[in-house]
Amino acid sequence: MALTGRQRRSAGRAAQYLLLVAAVVTLALMANWGDLQRGFFDLAVAAAQFPDIVTTALINTVVYTAVGFSFAFLLGLVLALMRLSSVGPYRWIAAAYVELFRGLPALLVFIAFGFGVPIAFHLRFTTLSTVMLALGLVGAAYIAETLRAGIQAVPTGQIEAARSLGMSPGRAMVSIVIPQAFRIVLPSLTNELILLVKDSSLVYLLGLTGAQYELAKFGRDAMNTSPTLTPVVVSGLCYLIITIPLSYLSRSLERRGGAAARTPEVLA
Amino acid sequence: MTSVIEVSGLHKAFGSTQVLRGIDLTVDSGEVVCVIGPSGSGKSTLLRCVNLLERPDVGKVVVGGTDLTDPDADIDRARRRIGMVFQGFNLFSHLTVLDNLTIAQRKVLRRDRSEAEHTARHNLARVRLADREQAMPAQLSGGQQQRAAIARALSMDPEVMLFDEPTSALDPELVGDVLGVMRQLADDGMTMLVVTHEMQFAREVADTVLFMDGGLVVEQGPPTQVIGAPQQERTRSFLARVLHPL
Repeated sequence: MALTGRQRRSAGRAAQYLLLVAAVVTLALMANWGDLQRGFFDLAVAAAQFPDIVTTALINTVVYTAVGFSFAFLLGLVLALMRLSSVGPYRWIAAAYVELFRGLPALLVFIAFGFGVPIAFHLRFTTLSTVMLALGLVGAAYIAETLRAGIQAVPTGQIEAARSLGMSPGRAMVSIVIPQAFRIVLPSLTNELILLVKDSSLVYLLGLTGAQYELAKFGRDAMNTSPTLTPVVVSGLCYLIITIPLSYLSRSLERRGGAAARTPEVLA
Repeated sequence: MTSVIEVSGLHKAFGSTQVLRGIDLTVDSGEVVCVIGPSGSGKSTLLRCVNLLERPDVGKVVVGGTDLTDPDADIDRARRRIGMVFQGFNLFSHLTVLDNLTIAQRKVLRRDRSEAEHTARHNLARVRLADREQAMPAQLSGGQQQRAAIARALSMDPEVMLFDEPTSALDPELVGDVLGVMRQLADDGMTMLVVTHEMQFAREVADTVLFMDGGLVVEQGPPTQVIGAPQQERTRSFLARVLHPL
């Protein structure tokens, strides 16, 4: 008996649901729930993380990310403008910078700035300024590319209108192009921010005192004194407390920006 | 009568394509000049050369006594006196209508906010948009956007207004509003250089009509002559197709 198109589609959907249920049931049966609970969700161990995991680690993660992102944003904007400059050497320097820092693991940059640069130049950085430099230098490479794309996405007509009103190229850039570019790239910038939240975990490489611990280091340190992985799970949840609201923010900004910037219906 | 725009011997090429092949043009104070012609005839390029959005290869552009083609000319300063209206409106999409009208007054002419807003509201009333000053451009119809763009240019108190096919991107039913505003401007004595396909407007409002083809001015004179009784065969065949497309 031949199936109608509608019967074929619903049979296909039923098969997909079945596969999903089978996979979930298999995993649930295979998992050792007792061990899982003891190893990852030991409530007594979890409770012992508080309040320090919030008052020290969570706050430090936020502070490290904030200083890193601020520096990354400013440097990224400068680099983006350099990439669009009519002066050749500026373009080359910015392009080389982006390739270098986008291509290197953040881990290596942290080691370089934590140990290499201070030795080479006889400088002594505080932890916070090293964090700002290392996180910021890595983040700036990505943000520069994002902002450059945003600046180039502003329609030429906007620049022509600004120039026809007597604005200089610099004035048109500051008053017209950058504000519009910023709206275009806000969702991507939020993504960069989320990446930096996670990269801030590399700060442990600098050798931290207890009061400087951020979430990842705090979790691993607590794990040494308690024979379970629960502290890592708790610190992971704390990361999500920071990053999930940022994701929502990004999405709502995307919706708002879309309405203001007249996104075509078919793309909205 | 003093001339506001004097263009002489203008040549412009894009790559190997010669777009303008020697254009001479004078626009006197208070005069309305309409430029008509087929697509690709160079009329928009001519207009864009007048405020140096395109830099001419050869020739001279003098606006209000300033030679804009002089390499030492202060183009930004000269552009303050030349209002421009684009086919695609080009309102600043991140600013309200009112801020669109005040931003250049404040940042370029250094007017304070209250003076800039006063001028802006005066010009919004002229284009009959007084009630939409807090709207974002995307919330306006095409005709409203174009009228706001006209008001934005007027707010700089220009000596001359350039219009680059201002109604070509509009729905037919919205064209009349924009042309009405332009006619009012002409009646108020504004000096205007208009690239347009609206023959009715050119016939009724222009003092002088230029017919361009192939980067040259084929024919120019009062509308009764150029549109009413064209002398050149090329002008006649163009008008025949535009006025009687079927």
